[in-house]
Amino acid sequence: MRVNLTVNGRPQEADDVWEGESLLYVLRERLGLPGSKNACEQGECGSCTVRLDGVPVCACLVAAGQAEGREVVTVEGLADHARERSRSGCATGVRGTPLDEARAWQAEGPDAQAAEGSGLSPVQQAFIDAGAVQCGFCTPGLLVASDELLERNPDPSDADIREALSGNLCRCTGYEKIMDAVRLAAARRSEGV
Amino acid sequence: MDFLRPASWDEALAAKAEHPTAVPIAGGTDVMVEINFDRRRPEYLLDLNRVADLYEWEVGTDTVRLGASVPYSKIMESLRAELPGLALASHTVASPQIRNRGGVGGNLGTASPAGDAHPALLAAGAEVEVASAARGTRLIPIDEFYTGVKRNALRPDELIRAVHVKKADGPQQYAKVGTRNAMVIAVCAFGLALHPGTRTVRTGIGSAAPTPVRATAAEEFLAAALEEGGFWDNGKIITPAAAKRFADLCAAACNPIDDVRGTASYRRHAVGVMARRTLTWTWESYRGARRTTEGAA
Ligand SMILES: Cc1cc2nc3c(=O)[nH]c(=O)nc-3n(C[C@H](O)[C@H](O)[C@H](O)COP(=O)(O)OP(=O)(O)OC[C@H]3O[C@@H](n4cnc5c(N)ncnc54)[C@H](O)[C@@H]3O)c2cc1C
Ligand code: FES
Ligand code: FES
Repeated sequence: MRVNLTVNGRPQEADDVWEGESLLYVLRERLGLPGSKNACEQGECGSCTVRLDGVPVCACLVAAGQAEGREVVTVEGLADHARERSRSGCATGVRGTPLDEARAWQAEGPDAQAAEGSGLSPVQQAFIDAGAVQCGFCTPGLLVASDELLERNPDPSDADIREALSGNLCRCTGYEKIMDAVRLAAARRSEGV
Repeated sequence: MDFLRPASWDEALAAKAEHPTAVPIAGGTDVMVEINFDRRRPEYLLDLNRVADLYEWEVGTDTVRLGASVPYSKIMESLRAELPGLALASHTVASPQIRNRGGVGGNLGTASPAGDAHPALLAAGAEVEVASAARGTRLIPIDEFYTGVKRNALRPDELIRAVHVKKADGPQQYAKVGTRNAMVIAVCAFGLALHPGTRTVRTGIGSAAPTPVRATAAEEFLAAALEEGGFWDNGKIITPAAAKRFADLCAAACNPIDDVRGTASYRRHAVGVMARRTLTWTWESYRGARRTTEGAA
């Protein structure tokens, strides 16, 4: 079947989609967006977390056909999503990230200065600055979940952060640096950095 | 495989009547795991995401009519006052991502003995509203809904429209044993609701029998003990002996198995502990509320 959906602000079309396929498979294999990771395919790890009509979900548990006509934001579109949000005060009217740009995307610059031109969202930059990325496999899911938390709650308590990220597993960092990263992103935002 | 996408409730019922083997998919948090792991290859998937009615709820005088697909996160957010037991249980389900998708309709559809909604529904008192194109609507009392391990009273052409849950008329609690706070399938779970209006107590036990069950002997014992001692009126502390007896009767209502998550004897023990604790919490809260109303009067 064919699935039409909006991904990172741009309309996309996936063909030859198998009816039992997941949204995660469509994103990775049909649209060539491997940012959302596939680890468990059973909702346990959160590495496939995306926004579906704004709501964080495990893309591995959304049937492709259920995404028809809906809006998906993946880690590849997070920077643009964050830019639009700060521009308009909310995340609507997104300019969008085209597929080729998303596929060519890479993180540049280890410091905050380089973030200027590198197109990183504040949460992404905070993860780099706090050393919250080791192997990086869990990172896309954590970024999407953290960004949504800060959108909803700009000044989260530690308990809020732990709860919001409780569906995302990391085998490397021990989570402390991830906590640091989210706190850092929140602090920078409140200081208007 | 065919993907059916009804746009309304009537269309969904018609599709289910035409294809009784179609597997409904709501949040997909049970169905997609089975498909991803090749445990299930249904001929038809019946997507319920476009049926807007299923995402709505109505708060009535005595009950909340909760649409089958209202996600757990919405229950936690919006129905904490009316359905405190179910809201607490919802909060223990998996993770935010899963709670944003999964709901009570899917929990009832799967009818796992470990499903977290079940003890809360049993304790609060509920009826499941199901419908078919051929026979219209019927209400199934929650006590009759669970018919076996992962089996329920739904007929092949029926879909769950909503659950009618009694609004809380007293304190409710939910407790669950697992290895961490998030992403845990219950080793066992316990729901308790005090109903001062009718001077009754209801329970629900999860993951400690082939189906979710109530501990009816324990409920009757406690209701009688509370009545005899005039506890509902005098608001005294429940005696340790009565609490112990209640806990023992709750443990005795279990019919658990040994599995990877825990042994049968551990489950029985833990259900007793949770019964005693939730009784203490709810009763303290009942006494507190009594004191405030009396103080204000
Ligand atoms: C990682 C993970 C952790 C989990 N942890 C928990 C947990 O802690 N506690 C818990 O209780 N559950 C847990 N679950 C299971 C699952 O999330 C719940 O059972 C949830 O309530 C299912 O809801 P859903 O809408 O996603 O159901 P779906 O997967 O869409 O459907 C589940 C079943 O119900 C049927 N169904 C759905 N809607 C209807 C309807 N309207 N009419 C008739 N049949 C219907 C489907 O055909 C299917 O058989 C977990 C799942 C995952 C993946
Ligand atoms: S791949 Fe989806 S939660 Fe692990
Ligand atoms: S950085 Fe390796 S899993 Fe998190």
